[in-house]
Amino acid sequence: MSNLIINNAVANDEWTLVKLPASQIAERKQAGKVVLFKLTGENTVTDEQIAGTVIPATGKIIVPLSVFITRKAEFQARIASNEIGVWIDTHEVLESLIENQADLNVLPIIAVHVERFADGRIFSLGALLRTRYDFKNELRAFGDVLRDQLFFLKRSGFTSYLIRADRSAEDALASLKDFTKPYQGAVDNPNPVFKRYNRAV
Amino acid sequence: MYKYDEIDQQIVDERVAQYRDQTRRYLAGELSEDEFRPLRLQNGLYIQRQAPMLRIAVPYGMLSSKQLRKLGDIASKYDKGYGHFSTRQNLQLNWPKLEDVPDILAELATVEMHAIQTSGNCIRNITTDQFAGTAPDEIVDPRAMAEIMRQWSTFHPEFALLPRKFKIAVSGTQDDRAVVQMHDIGMEFYLDKNNKIAIKVWVGGGLGRTPILGSVIREHLEWQHALTYCEAIVRVYNLHGRRDNAYKARIKILVKALGIEEFKRQVEAEWAHLKDAPNTITETELARVSKHFDAMPYEALPAHDASFDTAIASNLAFAAWAKRSLHAHKISGYRAVTLSLKPHGSAPGDATTEQMHVVANLAEKYSFGELRVSHEQNLILADVKLSDLFAVWEKARANGLATPNIGLLTDIICCPGGDFCSLANAKSIPIAVAIQQQFDNLDYLHDIGDIELNISGCMNACGHHHIGHIGILGVDKDGSEWYQVTIGGSQGNQASIGSVIGPSFSAEEMPNVVQKLIEVYIKERTDEERFIDTARRLGVAPFKAHVYADKNAAKDEVAA
Ligand code: SF4
Repeated sequence: MSNLIINNAVANDEWTLVKLPASQIAERKQAGKVVLFKLTGENTVTDEQIAGTVIPATGKIIVPLSVFITRKAEFQARIASNEIGVWIDTHEVLESLIENQADLNVLPIIAVHVERFADGRIFSLGALLRTRYDFKNELRAFGDVLRDQLFFLKRSGFTSYLIRADRSAEDALASLKDFTKPYQGAVDNPNPVFKRYNRAV
Repeated sequence: MYKYDEIDQQIVDERVAQYRDQTRRYLAGELSEDEFRPLRLQNGLYIQRQAPMLRIAVPYGMLSSKQLRKLGDIASKYDKGYGHFSTRQNLQLNWPKLEDVPDILAELATVEMHAIQTSGNCIRNITTDQFAGTAPDEIVDPRAMAEIMRQWSTFHPEFALLPRKFKIAVSGTQDDRAVVQMHDIGMEFYLDKNNKIAIKVWVGGGLGRTPILGSVIREHLEWQHALTYCEAIVRVYNLHGRRDNAYKARIKILVKALGIEEFKRQVEAEWAHLKDAPNTITETELARVSKHFDAMPYEALPAHDASFDTAIASNLAFAAWAKRSLHAHKISGYRAVTLSLKPHGSAPGDATTEQMHVVANLAEKYSFGELRVSHEQNLILADVKLSDLFAVWEKARANGLATPNIGLLTDIICCPGGDFCSLANAKSIPIAVAIQQQFDNLDYLHDIGDIELNISGCMNACGHHHIGHIGILGVDKDGSEWYQVTIGGSQGNQASIGSVIGPSFSAEEMPNVVQKLIEVYIKERTDEERFIDTARRLGVAPFKAHVYADKNAAKDEVAA
């Protein structure tokens, strides 16, 4: 049974996730990007990891952002046939994707990986991909994805959710409907409640 | 005050159902301890030393009689018959059962209340001046905007899991009483040169282990943009704030790391995209919400009332109370009244079920059925006629709510500390109680005059110790409880952070330490000076010398 929810139903997963080989270097992903990159100049993925990532020859694959950027030439033909998606870690800088791929809509899917439930950067990334960079295709959350994030993910522009393997996607569906009339405008409905309804006193 | 429509009601009802199911899943083992933690925290439920602690939201400190009565009922039904009003204007129950919380929330929902976002790493209850709408120095009543911001921040999907807690305060007065410079975002409403409501926005203030006053990020923001501008700030913070170290995760650390100029540049760049987005507030919406805060149906009254004047002249106790507890009012013939939750010898900010019922009745009878909670942890009846004050006082006094110590040394701001809070380094309530007992002489207290003494049980600073004229902080030294003392902190327009006077003290020493600080003040003060003025003028040195004189003498003896 698939643990993937697309829109409002459990669905089969057509995509294969391509992972980086393990790194020897201790990573500091939880620091904010500013602290991590702009102040220290550190990188989180090594050249060896990028070079060592094994790309399956066929099928629909989602590749890590760093691999996508560095080895983009290898993917051109497959991008054209809609076989390449990209995944972003919550600590990664969205601008580096945009600089290398101005039109995001050539990607049928972008997946955001959240390592810990409590990491709310995923919501801002979703909002930016949708509203700033105009991404229209499937936006997926995976990693430590549990049902109590779903409502917020949906409102932040996500359309699919790979529920953590030890939890039931079927049960999680209910949480997409936690609130009927949320107050503020967000990605799924930009109008705040005071523009959606006539709230006369 | 704001009254729910079906939309507001539906949201709190759906919240009850959602939280009931989360609790069920936790009790059934479907959610681990770690997974349940952020969920219960978003709902104000802490697991404390003795039992869970539930924090109930009192949006910008406003309550109706009906709500306070319900809070009293809940405190007796699900707790030990009392609650604690916090420095964030909320109510905390110290002994509820985890399994009962969904039922408590359901009861709260019947009176348009909830515990949403009262803790956890999200936007918390928005706080403001307890005299909003009644203070003569008010330029803009901030409550309508506070309510609009409450709605906007409630379950804001993008900001549900921030790096750390996020506190917003708003104020609209000349004299800031909402401590806006001590918040993650502070908003000061004013009228600009076109006579339009505008906002001065502060960012990156906060207490805690790195106390910092906020910096001005924008001098002038039109009110329509309050939400989108906050979105820009919180988005930059959400993306870039540190998540690797809880002690470095507040926005103030990010603002400091980047510098206010760079932080502002990033916020403005973000806002360029968000400005005029649909979350821009409309005239209609501001008008709709403002209607809920229309002026009360005041009577036209003269500025003086003969019965009040007579009572003041003939009853010393009433006069002493009136001197401390009454506050000027916009409307002739009315006063705002502070009911003291600081009787000498009990935990500051605590109120029993009976007291809550009494205050609810007083508000209903004399103050249009509404009241407020102050961040100094007292209760306020904001609209009382001069001719009713004597009756209010008698009833309040009979119920231990009329200690005439408002703004005096024993009106102590104090967090729950080591008696209840699992984060504490030291107890804070017994220190407050010991100081109150040491200074249990009203004439002396009045002679000392205006002073603020704040106590926190650890550097989280829930008791706002940094901005107390005298601040006391519980510290842990080799597993035992000690207290560090600061002087010269202050809230208000001249907000400042206190300076440490020297090595810390044991609990037994504390009343005497405060005594000695006061002695220096009494000796050195000029006629008009309050404690804070003398402390500012002289600096720490003379206070330090006097407080440590005995200690040093004792040490010399040992050495000799
Ligand atoms: S200041 Fe510390 S001890 Fe006091 S309530 Fe806050 S966390 Fe607890």
